[in-house]
Amino acid sequence: MKTLNIPTIDFVGKRLWAIIFSSLLLALSIFSLANNGLKLGIDFTGGTLIEASYQQNVDLDLVRESLAAADFKSANVQYFGSSNEILIRLEPQKISSAKLSSKIIQLLGDDVDIRRVEFVGPKVGEELTNDGGLALLYALIGILIYVAFRFEYRFSLGSIAALIHDVIVTLGVFSLFQIEFDLTVLAAILAVIGYSLNDTIVVFDRIRENFLSTRQTDPLKIINGALNQTLSRTIMTSLTTLLVLLALFFLGGEIIHGFASALLIGVVIGTYSSIYVASSMILALGITKADLLPSEKEEKLISNRP
Amino acid sequence: MNQFSTLKNTLIALALLLAGLYALPNIFGSDLAVQISSAGTEAIGSAELSKIKTELQQEKIAYKSAALGNQRVLLRFSDSSNQLSAKDLLKKKLGRNYVVALNLAPSVPAWLASFGGKAMSLGLDLRGGVHFLLEVDMQKVVANSLIASSKDLRSAMRKQRLHKSIKQEKNQILVRLKNANLRAKAIQVANSIEGLEVLENANQQLDLLTISMSESAQRDAKNGALKQNIATLRNRVNELGVAQPIIQQQGLERIVVQLPGVQDSAKAKEILGAVATLEFRMVDEENDPQIAVRTGRMPIGSKLYYFRDGRALLLKNRVVTTGKNITGAASGFDQNSASPMVNITLDSAGGRAMLNVTKKYLHHRMAAVFIENTVETVKVNGKSVKKRSTSQDIINAATIQGTFSNRFQITGIDSAREARNLALLLRAGSLAAPIEFIEERTIGPSLGADNIAKGVLSVVIGFVLVLIFMGLRYRVFGMVANMALTFNLVLIVAVLSLLQATLTLPGIAGIVLTVGMAVDANVLIFERIKEELALNDNIQKAIAGGYDKAFRTIADANITTLIASLVLFSFGTGPIKGFAITLSIGIVTSMFTAIIVSRAVINKIYGGKKIQELSI
Repeated sequence: MKTLNIPTIDFVGKRLWAIIFSSLLLALSIFSLANNGLKLGIDFTGGTLIEASYQQNVDLDLVRESLAAADFKSANVQYFGSSNEILIRLEPQKISSAKLSSKIIQLLGDDVDIRRVEFVGPKVGEELTNDGGLALLYALIGILIYVAFRFEYRFSLGSIAALIHDVIVTLGVFSLFQIEFDLTVLAAILAVIGYSLNDTIVVFDRIRENFLSTRQTDPLKIINGALNQTLSRTIMTSLTTLLVLLALFFLGGEIIHGFASALLIGVVIGTYSSIYVASSMILALGITKADLLPSEKEEKLISNRP
Repeated sequence: MNQFSTLKNTLIALALLLAGLYALPNIFGSDLAVQISSAGTEAIGSAELSKIKTELQQEKIAYKSAALGNQRVLLRFSDSSNQLSAKDLLKKKLGRNYVVALNLAPSVPAWLASFGGKAMSLGLDLRGGVHFLLEVDMQKVVANSLIASSKDLRSAMRKQRLHKSIKQEKNQILVRLKNANLRAKAIQVANSIEGLEVLENANQQLDLLTISMSESAQRDAKNGALKQNIATLRNRVNELGVAQPIIQQQGLERIVVQLPGVQDSAKAKEILGAVATLEFRMVDEENDPQIAVRTGRMPIGSKLYYFRDGRALLLKNRVVTTGKNITGAASGFDQNSASPMVNITLDSAGGRAMLNVTKKYLHHRMAAVFIENTVETVKVNGKSVKKRSTSQDIINAATIQGTFSNRFQITGIDSAREARNLALLLRAGSLAAPIEFIEERTIGPSLGADNIAKGVLSVVIGFVLVLIFMGLRYRVFGMVANMALTFNLVLIVAVLSLLQATLTLPGIAGIVLTVGMAVDANVLIFERIKEELALNDNIQKAIAGGYDKAFRTIADANITTLIASLVLFSFGTGPIKGFAITLSIGIVTSMFTAIIVSRAVINKIYGGKKIQELSI
């Protein structure tokens, strides 16, 4: 027989520190979101975005001047990746029209390679914002129902608390550092929900199993035991996911940058929250062994199994 | 213990073999190609194929292959200069009855194609191209059909001498009756006009009828407009020469247009979006336009129009003929003045009208009026408002020198380019209602190639890192997990190819994420086996116990993630959808490979034997 080194870290005992830490993170995130807001991309605000690549280095001031001369004063011009590529952003204009991008392409001249043009009308932007919010809401509701059905309502609340925690903190980082929030980042946030939930469910599954299979009834000890037993899996999975995300972050190109950043932040936060937030939550809600014992009907089903 | 039945093993092997077969087409890359298809009713057959071959041979343009299939001829080339010169040559030689377009054709070997093997289709962000989302101005559609019905209503009311006045207000027609006693009769008349409906309780006055379009008539009008716009757009896209364009209805009032390989989005917008038509009207030569300009009062039966340079002219209200009667239009140059012109051919009704008018008004002047409707949404005080505008410009007014019917020229066009565009628009037909570009995404070909290179590189690097990591950590079991992971990647590619789902850059990101998360199931199983080994002397039982106990956790965890990704799929548009597709497929395939395939391999290695130690 092999001995297995299962760590005996007192995660739950340190939950006060976790609560303080999480509260600080949440407070900072909410503060930043309330004051700075998100730097929304044109997917949501509407507007025009043009990525252009020159043969040689470009002087941003010259580009700005020629745009301002043509009455595009609000144009935001910046380097994109290197100093011979630029990104031009325009707010929704009074003359908002698809013709706008054509005009700017003319202005930039002939020796420019237009790599990307995106124009999103104001109405589409509004719809995407609404749809994005709805998607987030429906995903949360779907998960809430599934977890309540498979486990117990306290687990459901615990996982949702962890998810909301993760989403707010990830959004908070985007707001604090004013990283652009576009459609791909929204997709990443939803993927973070999926990932963090994955982590939480694995821990919950173990908590339930330990409640049912051991004599131990102290919820604190049960939860600590489950967290320690799943710890090496939690670390392994986070590491492999982080590995591929780092590959995506460094090699995936500028367009995918925001997406990879959101997932990197989300995976780190999600791993932390499934250890500290979700389990502290079910403990605070007062989970006991009796809550998880199958009802009489289920008992019958189980005893009928071969 | 720990042995699968032969049947189960065979099924697993078969599934993996099929996956390999259907993933295979993707490694062959694609050829530069030119695609020739019929623009209208003409069939394309072996006669055309041999004609095309002869033309190419005469000009000494080398091609790899020429094949006929799917009602099109596909020519493959080994370099882009041959591809481009072939396109230009064929466009010139074949004329307008055929669409000649550049294309990228997957070079899947014939034996593979005969199994139905197809390469994944790449999204615009990977191959370059233009994506437009267009919205049809439905208010205008309803208003237009109300105008048509109100003409019928007016003549019906006049016959029975029922009304004092009829006017249209927004989406309603208001009819003031001669007296309240005629109300019942008038309601009957109004309701008998197709598509109209009297709103009986809309007002308190007995001598005033409020009439609107019925729900079903509105729906029909909108639906018809959408269908006609799609048909017109398709014609215009054919004129542009685009291979594999997508023109689809989205929702009730939107149209998606995707043009792979198109780079000049400005030209595409100009051609697709123009709601332009021509009208021919006689010039009112009895009244002085300057007086009308000064006083603002129009002579009866005439209205002021302007040339683009600002000169004014009075034109008669009666229209001789319109763009609807045009069956053909071609641009060219006038032989005498060398100025750009458009040759027009009318249908028989238009030709008759023209003949009558030119006979009657010989040596009088007739004008061609270019009418363009545009609509755009602008933000005013934070609210989105639709702004509509119509421009009516006279492009020329010439004296009728002789009678003519269905063939004639319009001159006075500013540039050759404008003449070409006008001819194209007149050929392709006009849009039933103005459309607005509410979204545009153009990806240049260089960025598309970059995106592919970067996407593939990050998948490969991320994948290799995970392989190394798993091998180091779980040794033999790690290698089995790596095998499962590789199969997973092959399966995802096979499913995407079979479904012909479009692979986009976010889709690649989804695959990368799946690679990271797919090992989770194996990690769960292996950690569990380790635990079982610590509790249990029997190694075979430990393996079985590890798989069994981890299964429930894996299922719960994956189903919740699947819920999230299905929500993404149903709500998402564009990039989000692409990501959700690969993520959903990846979740399902990873459960198969991580649980069943890895178990089969582990069983082959360890199952049914006396084992002293596991390499885990």
